[in-house]
Amino acid sequence: MIATRKLKNGIFKGLCLAATLLGVGILVVILFTLFQKGLAGLNWALFTEVTPGPDAQGGGLANAIVGSVMMTLLGILIATPIGVLAGTWLAEYGQQSKTADTIRFLNGMLMSAPSILIGLFVYQMVVVTMGHFSGWAGSIALAIIALPVIISTTEEMLKLVPTSLREAGAGLGTPRWKVTVKLSYRAVGTGIITGILLSVARISGETAPLLFTALNSSFMTTNPNEPMANLPVTIYQFAMSPYESWNQLAWSGALLITMSILILNVLSRVLPRLKKRRSA
Amino acid sequence: MLRALPRDGDNFFRRASFASAGLISVLMFALMASLVVGAWPALHKFGPGFFFSDDWNPVTEQFGAANALYGTLVSSFIAVLLALPVGLAVSIFLSELCPQWLSRPLSIAIELLAAVPSIIYGMWGLFVFAPWFGESFQVWASDHLADLPVVGTLFQGPPMGVGLLTSGIILAFMILPILTSLIKEALSTVPNVLREATYGIGATQFEVIAKVLLPAVKGPIFGALILALGRALGETMAITFVIGGAQTIETSLFMPATSISATIAEQFNEATGQLHISSLIGLGLVLFMITFVVMGTARVLLRRNRK
Amino acid sequence: MKQLLKGVVLSCAVVGSGAAMADTVINGAGATFPYPVYAKWAEQYNKETGVKLNYQAIGSGGGIKQIVANTVDFGASDAPLDKAQLDKEGLVQFPAVMGSIVPVVNLQGIKAGEMKLSGSVLADIYMGKVKFWDAAEIAKLNAGLKLPHTPIYAVHRSDGSGTTYNFSDYLTRVSADWSKTVGTGKEVAWPKEAHQLGGKGNAGVANFVKRTKGAIGYVEFAYAKTNNLTYTQMQNKAGAFVMPTMEAFMAAAANADWAHAPGFKLILNDQPGAASWPMTAATFILMHKEQANPATAKEVLKFFKWGYEKGDNLASELEYVPMPDNVVKMVEDMWRGDIKSDKGQAVYQ
Repeated sequence: MIATRKLKNGIFKGLCLAATLLGVGILVVILFTLFQKGLAGLNWALFTEVTPGPDAQGGGLANAIVGSVMMTLLGILIATPIGVLAGTWLAEYGQQSKTADTIRFLNGMLMSAPSILIGLFVYQMVVVTMGHFSGWAGSIALAIIALPVIISTTEEMLKLVPTSLREAGAGLGTPRWKVTVKLSYRAVGTGIITGILLSVARISGETAPLLFTALNSSFMTTNPNEPMANLPVTIYQFAMSPYESWNQLAWSGALLITMSILILNVLSRVLPRLKKRRSA
Repeated sequence: MLRALPRDGDNFFRRASFASAGLISVLMFALMASLVVGAWPALHKFGPGFFFSDDWNPVTEQFGAANALYGTLVSSFIAVLLALPVGLAVSIFLSELCPQWLSRPLSIAIELLAAVPSIIYGMWGLFVFAPWFGESFQVWASDHLADLPVVGTLFQGPPMGVGLLTSGIILAFMILPILTSLIKEALSTVPNVLREATYGIGATQFEVIAKVLLPAVKGPIFGALILALGRALGETMAITFVIGGAQTIETSLFMPATSISATIAEQFNEATGQLHISSLIGLGLVLFMITFVVMGTARVLLRRNRK
Repeated sequence: MKQLLKGVVLSCAVVGSGAAMADTVINGAGATFPYPVYAKWAEQYNKETGVKLNYQAIGSGGGIKQIVANTVDFGASDAPLDKAQLDKEGLVQFPAVMGSIVPVVNLQGIKAGEMKLSGSVLADIYMGKVKFWDAAEIAKLNAGLKLPHTPIYAVHRSDGSGTTYNFSDYLTRVSADWSKTVGTGKEVAWPKEAHQLGGKGNAGVANFVKRTKGAIGYVEFAYAKTNNLTYTQMQNKAGAFVMPTMEAFMAAAANADWAHAPGFKLILNDQPGAASWPMTAATFILMHKEQANPATAKEVLKFFKWGYEKGDNLASELEYVPMPDNVVKMVEDMWRGDIKSDKGQAVYQ
C-alpha cells in the first residue's frame, strides 16, 4: 500500500520534471536553430553596412537596426507618459468604480487584440491621413501595442504601495499628486521601468503592424517622416527570398532580435532584485 | 507645468491621468468603429450568411467566414488542450517540488518562450519543426492511429508536417508561459498551513497536490485557460507560416487549414476588390468579437475567484 | 531612475535631430515577383547617381491600392489593369521587366527537366481529375519515364500573389474546364477534389514540394534554380516541348504584340512560336497621369529608363527577361505624351 503510494508519487514527480524539461527544451531548440543558422553571418558588417541587393556578397542590417531602434524608442516615448498616467488613475483615483472596471476591461482587450488589426487601424487613421507611409505611423502602431502593458504594470505596481506611505504623505499636508509623484513613483519606479522594458521587448519583434505603417526601406533612414527600415519586415522579406545571402541575413537578424529581446526580458526580471539588494 | 499649478495641482494631475485612461476607451471605440465601417459592405451584401458560409472565392467575389473561423477555433482549442497538462505539471514542479535556487532560472526560461517573437516561431515552425514532425509523428500516426475507429479520422492524410495540429502545437508552446505564470500565482496564494497539515498526517507530495492544492485553485486555473485561449486566437505570423493556408474544413488534423488572422495576413496585401477587402476586415471583426467574449468570460471568472 | 530618464531624453534629441538628408528619395511599393530585380537596380543606381529608390514588396494588390491612395511615387503590379480602370483612376501603366513561372515536382528517380507536362494536364491535376502520377494522361506525354503509383499533392500559394494570377491565367487559357470552374485571380478557390496544400510565398511552396513525395507546385524560375528544385518541361502552343531556359523565355517575349495592347495590358502566357516557354509574364509599373510633384516623377522615369538601358545584365543574372528595345521606345513615347505636371507640362523629355 505504502509502496504503491510512493510509486505514484515518484511517477508524478517524474512527469512534472519531464514537462518542465520539455518547456525549457523548446526554448533551447529554438535558440539552437537561430545560432546554427544565424551565427555565420554575425560580424561587424551586420551592424555597419546597409542591406545589400539580391544575390550579392557582403552587406548588413545597419539600416534595419537603426530604424527599428528609432521606432521602438519613439513608440515607447509616446506610450510611456500616457500609460503611466492611465495606470496611476486606475490605481489612485478609479480604483473599484464602474468606469475604472470598464477601462481595465478595454485595456485587457487591447492587450489581446491581434497586432495585425492594430496595423490596419493605424493604416486607416495615420497613413491615409498623412498620405504616405512613415516611421511615425510605425511608432504609433508600436505605441498602441505597448500602451496596455505599461498601463497594467503601472497599476499593479502602484497597488503594492502601502497605504501607510500615502497617509504619511497626506498627513504632512502634501497635495495628493505630489505624494504620488514623489513617494509612490519613487517606491515602485523599478517596477514601472520593468513594465516599460517588457513592452520594449514585446514591440521590437512585431512584424504585422509595421507592414502597413512604416513599410520598410533598403537604405539608411533617420527621418521618421519617410518610410523607415526595420528589422522584422526585413527578416520576413529576406527569409522568403530565393537568395542564399538574403536568407543568411534573415537568420542573423532573427538571432540578433531574439537575443536582444531575451536579454531585455532577463534584465527586467533581474533589475528589481539587484535594486533590492543595493538598498538593503 | 505641474509646478505652475500648486493649488490646482491635484485637479490637474487627476484630469491628466483620467484623460490618459479615457484615451484607452477612445482607442478601442475607434478600433471597433473602423472595423465595423470597413466590414459594412461585406456584411450588407452577405448578411448573417457571411458567418456560416464556407465559400471563399475571390474570383467570383463570394466570401464566407466559416473556414477561417473553424481553423481559428480548432487550432486554439488544440493549443489549450495540449498546454493545460504541461502547464499544470510545470507550475507544480516549479512552485512545489523544485529547490528554490533552481526554480527561478527555470521559471525565467519558461517565461522567455513568450518573449520569442511570433515571426521567429513561424520561421522555426516552417523550416525546422514541421519537417521533423511530418517525418516522425505523422508517419507513425498514419501507421498506428489512422485505422482506429472515430479517432482515426483525425490522423489521416499525407505527412506534410503542416496543418491544424502543427499550428496547435506551436500555439501551445506560445501560451505555455502565460498558463504557467498564472497557475503558479494561484498556487502561491494557497496558505502554507494547508500543506503542512496534510503532510502532517503522512500524505505524499502527490496526494497533497492532487487532493488539496488543485481543488483549491480550480477557479483561477479555468480563468487562466480562457486567458490563454484569448491569446492563442489572435496569433498571426507564427500560424500563417505553418497552418497550410487552405480555405477548407477537413476532419483530419493533418490537413492544411487557415485561420482568421492568417487569412488577413496573406490576402490583405493582394486584395483589390472592395468586397474582398471588406470581407477581410469582416473577418477581423469576427475575431475581435470572439476575443471580446473570451476576455469578458475570463475577467468574470477571475474576479469571482478574487472575491 | 533619473539617470535612465536623462538617457531617454538624450536619445530623443538624437532622434529629433536626424533630419532628412538632402538626397532624393523615391518610394515605390507593390508586386513581390520583380522585387529582387528592382532591389538590384536600385542598389546599382544609387552607386551611380546617389538617388535612393526604395522599393518594397507588399503585394500587387497593395501596389495598386497605394498608388490610388497616392501614398507612394509609383505602384507595381503583376496583374495589369484594363484601360478603363486606368482611366478611372487617372493612371498610366507600363511593363518594366518579364519573368517566368515553372512547374516543380517531387518524384522518386525523376530529375530536373525529365518530366513533360502540358497545360491541360496541369489544369486537370489542380482540378483533381488526374489523381495519380501514373495516370494515362501523364503517361502519354512521358513514354520513357517510370512513373510511380503515387497520389498527387497540388501545392499552391496560400498568400495572394501575382504568380498565382499568371499561373491561373495560363490554365484559364488552355483549359475550358478551368476557366468555367475556377478562373483567374491572385487567389482562387482551389478545387477541393485535388489534395491541395498552400505554402506561404515562393519559399513555402518550394519547401512543401521538396518535402512531400508526389507533390507538384509552381514557382518563379529564379526560385526553382537557386533551390535546385525539379522543374519540368512544358508543351507550348505550337505543340513543342520546351525546357525552361532564358532562350525560351526570350522567345515568348519576342512574339508578344505590345503595339496593339491598350494601356500596355498584355499577358504573355501561351505565346505562339515553337521555342516559346508558355508561362511567361510581364510585371507592370503604375503612375499618376497628373503629377503634383513633377520633379519626383521625373526621377522615377529616369530610374526606369536606366533600368531599360543599363539594367539588362543585372536582370538576366537574376533570371528575369529584359524588355525588348522596341517596347522601350513605345513606353517612352507614352511617358512623353501622358505624364504631365499639374500645369500640363510633359514631365519626361
